[in-house]
Amino acid sequence: MRVVEELRDSLFGIVERDPSTIVLGEDLLDPYGGAFKVTQGLSDAYPNNVITTPISEAGLVGVGLGMALRGRTVLAEIMFGDFLTLTTDQLINHAAKVKWMFNDAVDASLVVRTPMGGGRGYGPTHSQSIEKHFCGVPGLTVMAVNQFQSPGALLKEAAELGSPVLFIENKIMYSKLVEPDRLVTYDRPDAVILTYGGVTEFCVQAAERLLEDEELTVEVVPVQHLSPMPADLIRAAAAKSGRIFTVEEGTESWGFGAAVAEEILSAGITPRHFQPIAADPTAIPSARNWELEILPSVDKIERAIVASF
Amino acid sequence: MLLSAGFEMSHDLQEIDADVLGADLSREDRFYRQLYLIRRFEQKLLELFTNNMLAGTTHTSQGQEANAVAIMEALKLDRDMVWSNHRCHGHFLSYCGQSYRLFSEILGRRTGACGGRGGSQHLHWRNFYSSGIQGGFAAAAVGAALAEKDKGAISCIFMGDGTMGEGSVYEALNFASLLSAPVLFVVEDNGIAQTTPKELGVAGSITDRARAFGIDCHHLASTDADEIFATVNPIVDQIRATGRPAWLHLETVRLGPHSKGDDTRDEDFVAELQKRDPLTVYRDRVGDPGALEAWCDDHIAHVLDLALKDDVACVS
Repeated sequence: MRVVEELRDSLFGIVERDPSTIVLGEDLLDPYGGAFKVTQGLSDAYPNNVITTPISEAGLVGVGLGMALRGRTVLAEIMFGDFLTLTTDQLINHAAKVKWMFNDAVDASLVVRTPMGGGRGYGPTHSQSIEKHFCGVPGLTVMAVNQFQSPGALLKEAAELGSPVLFIENKIMYSKLVEPDRLVTYDRPDAVILTYGGVTEFCVQAAERLLEDEELTVEVVPVQHLSPMPADLIRAAAAKSGRIFTVEEGTESWGFGAAVAEEILSAGITPRHFQPIAADPTAIPSARNWELEILPSVDKIERAIVASF
Repeated sequence: MLLSAGFEMSHDLQEIDADVLGADLSREDRFYRQLYLIRRFEQKLLELFTNNMLAGTTHTSQGQEANAVAIMEALKLDRDMVWSNHRCHGHFLSYCGQSYRLFSEILGRRTGACGGRGGSQHLHWRNFYSSGIQGGFAAAAVGAALAEKDKGAISCIFMGDGTMGEGSVYEALNFASLLSAPVLFVVEDNGIAQTTPKELGVAGSITDRARAFGIDCHHLASTDADEIFATVNPIVDQIRATGRPAWLHLETVRLGPHSKGDDTRDEDFVAELQKRDPLTVYRDRVGDPGALEAWCDDHIAHVLDLALKDDVACVS
């Protein structure tokens, strides 16, 4: 099954189990069914549960928050992850805070789904991976899917959490097959890669090549819960090898690699080699080849690991 | 009835204190009771600040009390939802009468309405919510109204003339009209946003702002609780009957500073506004204003005393 199909099935299941669920976002109505088709068929099957909205990201997240405060489970779709900046006040100052600042008397079962990532030549405002700006916010859980674990199960978990979740998908991942068997574990791998989201695939490909070409064992550990970060998972993975790499599609500064390093170092784990791999610190160019040059790639990951020996 | 100080708050005890609100009084007495209660409550807050007994900030609604009193009278408090802003004490008190919980909240006590977490600007009690971000809850008010529409409930959101600069307001209006949300948008226009006069902050007409969204617009310049009630009550009925939003531009007066000592207006100008003080306007309409005032003075002294004795809120 492909990632988009798993997510869609999961969404259907969520609405079917709780008929008061609301799914809202831009261009969701069938036959179009959403820009990346995760909601395709949903408005035909459940016309009372799907709201197509104006181009109004702050508004639709705020409307979703109001519904969630009154007991509904709400799944909001932001068409491109880049547009999340428009929802910042609603997410950080309102959704993430309501439970705590109102003395735990309320909560908001609000999931905001959005696809990040480049590789499609969409340019500076439709290609970024900016989830790091939303990580570390108390009260806001950030999750990211990858195709080697179950995207549908993660979406179900998000919808059942009962508190606000930012749910990161990835544009080029939608059409990929879900392939849990490609994640390989070792007792003492030569290197460990901690990663998340769309670039998990590059890491798995690099690990497969390195095994075949260089006889190096590389364990890829995808992280589905970005914030709060699962300290046990990160530390257990890091303790397996003296060579730790992190791979993220966004830029490096104040990013995933830094957060992983903090988890590892504060646990007293000191790898011989620690190396974050991330996008170059520029906006994302529209020109296709240039874009691919500045983003992480299988080659870059493979070269970095080989160079560490 | 009041809970004793130190009582461990449970949320299902969140009640509307009908006694404090004067539910059994005639409407005139009830209005004056509430007008005076809000005024004395907030004057007491400013005293506490002067005496260094309060930290943080506060925004009093002196001059605007009639809006809170009249609009809450028009709402169904058992089901309607109220969304307020930084200047929320009057709305809160007229909504639920929980003066003790509000004092203890602003004083940072564990027994506060939000356990000392929200303070002056971030209050929640039953269906009452406030945020310190201008227009921050506008869209949430719309979503909540949609979620509760089949229960016959409406949302009422209070904003100010200063909120008219926030894009979130216009996104919320668009949603409210497109999705037919039963929402009363109230703009309490006191003519000044902190220190910026309306002329420098708001272009065009506040009254007509929602008309282009296909929303009925109303205007009233008054500090008279009876006049405001007479205007608001049919608008609320219409929202409930049609399930459509409405917009009410209420021109009012700010008799005090924005927060504590930041009134930059000319003294003569403020003195002129005093003539429209909603308490002065209303006092002659009740038989025994002195008795209503004495009740409030005693009540406020009592609940403040209780709140001051409560444990302060902190991690441990």
